[in-house]
Amino acid sequence: MADFTGAGWSAFIIVSTLVGLALCLWITITLSRRPPPRDAVGTTGHSWDGDLQELNNPLPRWWAWLFYLTIAFALVYLALYPGLGAMRGSLGWTQAEQYQAEVARMDETTRPLFERYLKQEVAQVAADPQARAMGERMYLTYCVQCHGSDGRGSKGFPNLADGDWLHGGEGPVLVRTIGEGRQGVMPPMAAAVGSAAEVENLANYVLSLSGGAHDAVKAELGKPKFAACAGCHGADGKGNPALGAPNLTDSVWLYGGSLASVTETITKGRSNRMPAFGELLGPGKVQVLAAYVWSLSHGTGAAGSAPARP
Amino acid sequence: MHVPDRAGPGLSAMNARIPPVVAAPPERDDLFEVRRKIYPRAVSGLFARWRWAMVWITQLVFYGLPWLTWNDRPAVLFDLLSRRFYLFGVVLYPQDFIYLTGLLVISALALFLFTAVAGRLWCGYACPQTVYTEIFLWIERRVEGDRHARMRLDQGARDARWLGLKTLKHALWLAVALWTGISFVGYFTPIRTLLGEVGALALGPWEAFWVLFYGFATYGNAGWMREQVCKYMCPYARFQSAMFDRDTMIITYDQARGEPRGSRSRKADPAANGLGSCIDCGLCVEVCPTGIDIRNGLQYECIGCAACIDTCDQIMDRMGYPRGLVRYTTQNALARGWHGSQLLRRAFRPRVLVYGTILLAVSLALFGHLAMRTPLKVDVMRDRGSLGREVEGGMIENVYQLQLINTTESPRRLRIRVGGIASAMVASEAEVEVPPVQPRLVPVRVRVPAGAAAPGSSRIEFLVDALDDPAVAVREKSTFYMPR
Repeated sequence: MADFTGAGWSAFIIVSTLVGLALCLWITITLSRRPPPRDAVGTTGHSWDGDLQELNNPLPRWWAWLFYLTIAFALVYLALYPGLGAMRGSLGWTQAEQYQAEVARMDETTRPLFERYLKQEVAQVAADPQARAMGERMYLTYCVQCHGSDGRGSKGFPNLADGDWLHGGEGPVLVRTIGEGRQGVMPPMAAAVGSAAEVENLANYVLSLSGGAHDAVKAELGKPKFAACAGCHGADGKGNPALGAPNLTDSVWLYGGSLASVTETITKGRSNRMPAFGELLGPGKVQVLAAYVWSLSHGTGAAGSAPARP
Repeated sequence: MHVPDRAGPGLSAMNARIPPVVAAPPERDDLFEVRRKIYPRAVSGLFARWRWAMVWITQLVFYGLPWLTWNDRPAVLFDLLSRRFYLFGVVLYPQDFIYLTGLLVISALALFLFTAVAGRLWCGYACPQTVYTEIFLWIERRVEGDRHARMRLDQGARDARWLGLKTLKHALWLAVALWTGISFVGYFTPIRTLLGEVGALALGPWEAFWVLFYGFATYGNAGWMREQVCKYMCPYARFQSAMFDRDTMIITYDQARGEPRGSRSRKADPAANGLGSCIDCGLCVEVCPTGIDIRNGLQYECIGCAACIDTCDQIMDRMGYPRGLVRYTTQNALARGWHGSQLLRRAFRPRVLVYGTILLAVSLALFGHLAMRTPLKVDVMRDRGSLGREVEGGMIENVYQLQLINTTESPRRLRIRVGGIASAMVASEAEVEVPPVQPRLVPVRVRVPAGAAAPGSSRIEFLVDALDDPAVAVREKSTFYMPR
């Protein structure tokens, strides 16, 4: 609170709270000492509309103590906990600390489980139904936004279930991808290739590698230009997982396999990024998540269909 | 009401000449009053038997239900942790909370109806406050004796006998209260598990809290607070008087017949002495659990327990007078001298019929809906991250998550189909198995040939049905996005 307002506001709230409490106390004491008017029947003596009377039905005295108790409670609470303006209370309690303590307690509870998974290979973890169920829940929390709930991705977001990998699909590689994230950059190649016609020829050649719809003549013309691509994608176009350079011969296209989109890719390049989750999740959860992603393309159990969630 | 409800309409004028039976409360010098402890005298008779019958019925249900089993599980269990509520053959989910709403509406309407017909029936016979007070009073009576013995004990010396009796009474009260607390938590944790935990002193913190809290509330309310709960705390006690009218059955002292009151010989003819039927024995005040004098007319403290009727009828029998000096009657009946059928006819007045009709309608709707409930729940969540994607064969694919909840207690194979766009098809597994009483989240891919639907979003519909029972079917709407 003090981050946004000056000390004057804090003082204002402290004073109004305490004055309010004092007022409550004063009213309770003075009113409870005032004897109610009485008559023979026990009405308070008030009369409205001619014949509407109010009976005096006094509360028991212990009820008055409840009032005093609430005032005492308020004072004790305000002394112990934050509430009086910017004062923090003598216990120094904060919501943030309570949350952190709860998270730490939960981590402590689950640590042995994750330690067991960390000692195993990713494929071994993936064989454990409990780990897959945990992995699925985490997947549905952290990954689903980009890769889709079936793991099959979308334009610009890789399909995790087709066995085709940009950086490799082995367990340790998946752990690294999730933990550290990935940068996927293809530079714009228009300058290196030449004119727009030459780019189109090259695009036709690239499409021919995977047997896609292409113009054979243009592809033949574009073939020599592929030298500009071979540095990353290899002379045979089969890509290089170490660089994250995709295989161009398998007809799996992250940005679309039409002539137009391949031409666009060559001309303008592509830039993509998978964020790092290691810091957020910690190694144990990353391991379990990697196992779940691994299972999507290795069919341990029913890939893509979830085990029961409790 | 245009009259104070301490004295019934038309009766207030007579108050002045009715001498008080008990000494007036000490002069108050402040806004609050000191509670006078009430020592209700034991009572027997028709209405006392009814009340004890209600004690047995309600408590057999309350203490007994947690012990019943159904399909190898507790018949009634409110499993808060997994958010499933078992009621015999029915398994309810938080999504079914509308039924709880319906139940509360029915309870409220039933309260309206019974109160309009016969006053505070609920308070007098079925309310837990009344029922547990009755049980606790019974224990008190067995240990300390009836009214006068208890008063003597409290006013007498604080000797060893006093200590012994009080210790025994409180020990018994606490035992009943603790068992009540355990039974209460037994609705949320299977009671056999719970008793094992109690035995091993391994109760969870919340279980321990609720056992002790509910037990303490029982002990405090039924042992110590008693009529104060009804007088000062209970909102229902107060708003029930808003449902009274002049045809509501209330417990009433027949003033015309009873006054002038006074003691007399059993052989004397009251008319000759200028006396009414009331012999002013004061028993109706001694048995009253709220400590009022019913002869002062309808009072807000009266919980309608009819103890005064029972005891007065016995006195009338002994005196050889007709019963019913204090009886269930209506203000209209009292004023116009109605009896039997004349009085009952007024029970079917518009107000009662309206309450009854609404109650019947809501009950039929609730239980009918519950009986015809589909034991399958489906939620469709379209993937937010992607619109549509191109897949092989010129198809456009959208991804959905289907939350399938099988509310039956046996596994079920479900078939997922999609409609709304003629050529739409489910590309992922179309048949899934859902375990008993479990939800299952299933990613579903739906494919439509490019151009088969207008660009943009189109309405589609998922149809999920059980393979073993086509009647178990749920339709859920969603949208399919066709890229432009």
